[in-house]
Amino acid sequence: MLSYSLRMAKDFKGYLLLLAFLLLHTYSTVAQPDGKALFQANCAACHNPIKDATGPALKGVSGRVPSKEWLYKWVKNSASVIGSGDKYANEIYAKWNKTAMTAFPALSNEDIDAIVKYVDEYEVPGPKVVPGAETPKEAGDNTLLYAILTLVLLLAVYILTQVNKVLSRSANVKSGLPSPKDVPFFKNKVIVAVIAILILIGFGVWLTNASEFGRQKNYMPKQPIFYSHKVHAGINQINCLYCHAGAEKSRHAMIPSTNVCMNCHKQINEYTGAETHPLVTLEGKKVDGNAEIKKLYEYAGWDPAKKDYIRDDKGAIQAKPVEWVKIHNLPDHVYFNHSLHVVSGKLACQRCHGNIEQMDEVYQFADLSMGWCVNCHRETKVQFADNNYYSIFQKYHDEIKAGTRQDVKVSEIGGLECQRCHY
Amino acid sequence: MSTDNQYNMSKKQYWKGLEELNPSDKFNDQVANEFREDLPFAGVESIAEATTSRRDFLKYLGFSTVAATMAASCEMEVRKAIPYAIKPENVTPGVPLMYASTYVDGGEAVPVLVRTREGRPIKVEGNFDSKLTGGATTARIQGSVLNLYDATRLKFPTIEGKESTWEAVDKMVMDALAGLGGAPLYIITSTLNSASTAQAVAAFASKYPTAKHVMYDAVSYSGLLDANLSSFGKRAVPAYRFDNAKVIVSIGADFLGTWISPEIYAKQYSKGRKISAKNLMMSKHYQLEGMMSLTGSSADERYTCKPSQYGAVALGLLNALNGGAATVSPSINEAIKKIAADLNANKGNALVVCGSNDPNVQTIVNAINNAIGALGTTISFGSVNNTKQGNDSDMNAFAEALKNGQVGGAMFLDCNPVYDTIHGEVIKGKLPSLKLSVSFNDRNDETTQVCKVAAPTHHWLESWGDAEPHTGYTSLMQPTINPLFKTRHFAESLLKWSGNPISHYDFVKSYWMGKLGGEGAFDAAIQSGLIEPEAMPMSGASFSGNVADATAKIAAMKGSADGKPEMIIYEKVGIGRGGAWSNNPWLQELPDPITKCTWDNYVLMSPNRAKAMGAEHTDLNEVQREKKVFSIKSGGKEIKLPVLVLPGMHDDVIAVAVGYGRDKGAGKAAAGTGINVYPMVSKGENGNAYFYASDVELTGTSATYPLAITQTHHSYQNDRPIIHEFTFDEFKKNPMELFNERKEELGHYTHSFEAGGGHGEGGHEANAHIEPTKADQDWQDAYRKNGTLYPNHESLGMKWGMSIDLSSCVGCGSCTIACQAENNVSVVGKNQVLLAHDMHWIRIDRYFAGDPSKPDSIQTLFQPMICQHCDNAPCENVCPVNATNHSSEGINQMAYNRCIGTRYCANNCPYKVRRFNWRDWNEADCFDDNAYEDGRRDDINNNITRMVLNPDVTVRSRGVMEKCTFCVQRLQGAKATAKKQGRTMNDGEARTACQQACPTDAIVFGNVNDTASSIYKLRYEEQKERVFHVLEEIHTLPNVNYLSKIRNTNVLQSANPEHSGHSAEAEHHV
Repeated sequence: MLSYSLRMAKDFKGYLLLLAFLLLHTYSTVAQPDGKALFQANCAACHNPIKDATGPALKGVSGRVPSKEWLYKWVKNSASVIGSGDKYANEIYAKWNKTAMTAFPALSNEDIDAIVKYVDEYEVPGPKVVPGAETPKEAGDNTLLYAILTLVLLLAVYILTQVNKVLSRSANVKSGLPSPKDVPFFKNKVIVAVIAILILIGFGVWLTNASEFGRQKNYMPKQPIFYSHKVHAGINQINCLYCHAGAEKSRHAMIPSTNVCMNCHKQINEYTGAETHPLVTLEGKKVDGNAEIKKLYEYAGWDPAKKDYIRDDKGAIQAKPVEWVKIHNLPDHVYFNHSLHVVSGKLACQRCHGNIEQMDEVYQFADLSMGWCVNCHRETKVQFADNNYYSIFQKYHDEIKAGTRQDVKVSEIGGLECQRCHY
Repeated sequence: MSTDNQYNMSKKQYWKGLEELNPSDKFNDQVANEFREDLPFAGVESIAEATTSRRDFLKYLGFSTVAATMAASCEMEVRKAIPYAIKPENVTPGVPLMYASTYVDGGEAVPVLVRTREGRPIKVEGNFDSKLTGGATTARIQGSVLNLYDATRLKFPTIEGKESTWEAVDKMVMDALAGLGGAPLYIITSTLNSASTAQAVAAFASKYPTAKHVMYDAVSYSGLLDANLSSFGKRAVPAYRFDNAKVIVSIGADFLGTWISPEIYAKQYSKGRKISAKNLMMSKHYQLEGMMSLTGSSADERYTCKPSQYGAVALGLLNALNGGAATVSPSINEAIKKIAADLNANKGNALVVCGSNDPNVQTIVNAINNAIGALGTTISFGSVNNTKQGNDSDMNAFAEALKNGQVGGAMFLDCNPVYDTIHGEVIKGKLPSLKLSVSFNDRNDETTQVCKVAAPTHHWLESWGDAEPHTGYTSLMQPTINPLFKTRHFAESLLKWSGNPISHYDFVKSYWMGKLGGEGAFDAAIQSGLIEPEAMPMSGASFSGNVADATAKIAAMKGSADGKPEMIIYEKVGIGRGGAWSNNPWLQELPDPITKCTWDNYVLMSPNRAKAMGAEHTDLNEVQREKKVFSIKSGGKEIKLPVLVLPGMHDDVIAVAVGYGRDKGAGKAAAGTGINVYPMVSKGENGNAYFYASDVELTGTSATYPLAITQTHHSYQNDRPIIHEFTFDEFKKNPMELFNERKEELGHYTHSFEAGGGHGEGGHEANAHIEPTKADQDWQDAYRKNGTLYPNHESLGMKWGMSIDLSSCVGCGSCTIACQAENNVSVVGKNQVLLAHDMHWIRIDRYFAGDPSKPDSIQTLFQPMICQHCDNAPCENVCPVNATNHSSEGINQMAYNRCIGTRYCANNCPYKVRRFNWRDWNEADCFDDNAYEDGRRDDINNNITRMVLNPDVTVRSRGVMEKCTFCVQRLQGAKATAKKQGRTMNDGEARTACQQACPTDAIVFGNVNDTASSIYKLRYEEQKERVFHVLEEIHTLPNVNYLSKIRNTNVLQSANPEHSGHSAEAEHHV
């Protein structure tokens, strides 16, 4: 590093090297386990940093437990720690109604450290004012205003031209000059040209609109429960895949069943963010978050007073599905597979769904037209080097090696062919 | 061109039917036109004569277009997305789950895997882990999933035909059982080979000691079982090992189509016939039979005799083995001499089977097998076949007791004796007077209608259970869906009535936990579905049959008097014994492998007899839909059926299939067609049912009846070599013959046009005996590139290819039904089949060669024809909207939503594999109430039946073209799995439905770009000598190849110019 910094002062290459180093450095810090994400993905269903839930509040956990090693063992397999007769473990187990903690053998010690760091540093989220972030004002639709203004101006132009004409004619008469002959408007080349252009534009607009038939961009229906993605995915940072688990496995992203909601909402029975983030519908009506959670309990068959499910005499939970209004509709002859885009395409959800973590009510972000799909397939690069599946495309590998090719687009591996999506 | 004549060296003469052999003008017209009728305004003739002017028409058109646009498209409907309330842990919507289970039909039990989507079974595959079947399936197994969703199934228990509850049924039955007062109670079932159910029956019998369990098989094997009892001391069907046999002789046994366990036998049979230039081994199959069966059509050598002569043939063969002579007929005697010599030369590697139900004949066959050392080598009693255990004498005794009023009660499971036995009339008449009569059948069929109580049992796809098709080989059953209707398993009902109210699941589980020792073992067994030994125990038996007695009895047998025909009563490959199959629209529309006829039964007759009886039409061909109806009288009964002329039938034999003539209680698709011929089955002196009748009176009537035969649909002119066939000797002598022929025809393209090399240079260098080298592969590449002006399609990653082995294919049709189930292929109904509107993506072309007036000369050949996925496809060039085009993976793609239905592609397809949706078959149109209805196929659109549709495949609407896609949804699925795991695809990961269903492994599929794949190895290494493409000289560059047919015989009829008719003339280029 010393040599780098020495060279840095002398030549420009040094800057580049430093830049590369810094980039690498940033990358490595990013690659450190993200305590918050890990907590959200693994722990949040049962633990809150500052509140007791299914399990104890975790803030300060590093101070409470006997040792770091004990904590690693406990997280990876609590049952074995309890089984070993460990005193502290058995106390906790007894205190929490002998509810066994799920084992997380996949978490590394670094991961656990990161989680502990996160919970220990956790602060109650207060109202934060982000400087420079304005409340987005309702952008009114000014089309009508402009149209009227244009008409008025056109009228003024017309009147002025006519006035000018009359005046110049009378001036001509006065000065005895011959006036140019009036050309009927349909023989006026300018007018004919303008009308032709207008017709063409109209036809174009009509065509565009016609092809929009059946498309639902910006469709934002009312849902049976006012479920805010902003509260869940935005403010509370719940991983999209926690609820939409199918997005990694199946063609369907899957709307979670009510028992998935209840993983968290057994504990979370009130909306505490009303002050920092009041829920408001598009029409401006205020929404009571607590009432919406109650609606969920109705569907899930949960009795919040008894803190237990309502069951029939056979022991089956009396749950009924929520009938959500489907926003993203593809025609039946289109096959779309979420898992391929999420797992092998490594696309973020937002690419097609927009800033979903900022939406209280979800609307359709993209028009989901074939042109939109095809454009993306034309522009998007496949994970060519990283995915061994593509090793069969020898020609492209050769070209990349030879330097005649930088990347491979989806369209170049057949991504524009009919039977990728229609069969 | 000179090369044409050279290429014709292996060109042989085949014909699909008599019409092709002796073509009339009408036939030629038909072949010339892809679409043989004018636009379908059937029923609205007035349209043709309408006075509406062109201007009016345009006005209406404009108005309706605008109106439809306004009405249809402005508002989108609100759709709901409804998740599970509580999601089952292992279900991910959109991801299929496979369950191991067991297909059961009567005694037939085959281990299968069931694919379910979101909790509903949509496809049945063979369980490839089974050492017994190796994953083989039949058309019926493939079609069985549709039976589950059959709308005709009983939806609740009934008492005297009225809806009832299980409580009421239990009370009524138990009261009646208590009041039987010692009168005998019969439990009549088809063969039962479930160990747990047998225990339930035993529990019931111990509670009610007067209960007697009688098993019978609708198509009886009682004679074979009786003969084995007297010959070997075991009343059982042994395990046959066709794979161990070098010489196979079948006397009237259709072991590849319907005889005992065809899926197992077909698999074994094909193993002995996988011939290649490196492996010059092939079994020899002789068939002696009366009618043209599926097995006979695959035989290397085939001879015809009357069914009454099967005994004499067996006897002659036994004598001939010891140097004696047969005395049947001169041609048969000659054949028997040859067969006997072959059998003697292959002792220990030979097998003789016989389809007769006469124990005397079977005793002789046992003696033959004993003499040729088959016992313990190709026949094993170490593990016997339990699928047929019925006893005709017991059934006769039941009918006798019933007649004499000695029966207290009767229960029927999975059998329909009113319909499918000779005692039908007696049972129907006497059953209503019994104190107790219960039917457990799935529908209100002929027997259920005369029972007091209907207590429907589950379909096997809804049920727990087990079956033991071969001793020691158990296949377990697990439900793949909750019972659709208020049904209850047969065993649960019996247990309940014997005072043990246990659920069937608990019963099966405790039974198997007891056997296997614990829950873990049970779970593991359920998961694999199989409890099987490592290898089949092979052990013979000592023969102690009374040959002298059998000989005397056979000698005393009389056949038909001269001139009078004998009638064979046979099972169709698709419809089987009848039962639920009669109401399965897929199987009804499956063209019979031999006759290619759908939706009907008919009387089969040889061309000679038809001519003699005036049954031929003016054209003597199948262009005529209307067939003459004949009256058949036998044993005091008369039936009337249309005639279907079939080459290869013995001149004195006619044949009629069972499974037709059903009551409307069997279902819409089953009712109202054909005649039931079970009552014409004759009873032998020992009480066994003989499935033929002698001295049949056959007389013509003036009536005609249309038969929907697909054989001339989608015909193409047969003046180019479509098939290549060689005798085993020819192939042994010169395996390269076909390869060199192709090279001569196509090799002159080795030099490109640009290079100015001209034509004909490469070709003449061909040497008949050189081994192919890398340079020899080059001419194929050169032909690909230089044979056209169009640019070459490049396949950088995958390139899918398929190979179909004409030597392995036995024509059974399971691929056709597998494809139908996988790809939501529509059923169109008889009337539309008559118009050649059938939709099957796989058409199995059946070709004959030989002289139709000499039944023994007929040689049959099957060629499954699917979209060839041409790399230079004629269909792609003519589509005005580019709805059909080529993928980078070598697939000829069809975008339904883009198709506007011009049908140019179908007209331009040289293989005739494109299918047009003439009607709204599936209510897939956006217009309501537009679906086609004909009264028989309509249940296919029932809301229950539609659950069978594969959600990964678009249901096509009216007016679009469709065809084979190489099961692109499976390919995409397999690719997606590999891609998500970041690895390359393995060979065999993507399998097409037809490939998976094929019991003989005739279909190989894979990525040709992968040099390690089996398709690459087969095409360019192991089988390169046999590879050819159909019509490859027109440079369509198909991605499907065929392997030449090798027949283990001396004479190929197709090579005999004497029999070649018109086609020989076509060979001379005018």
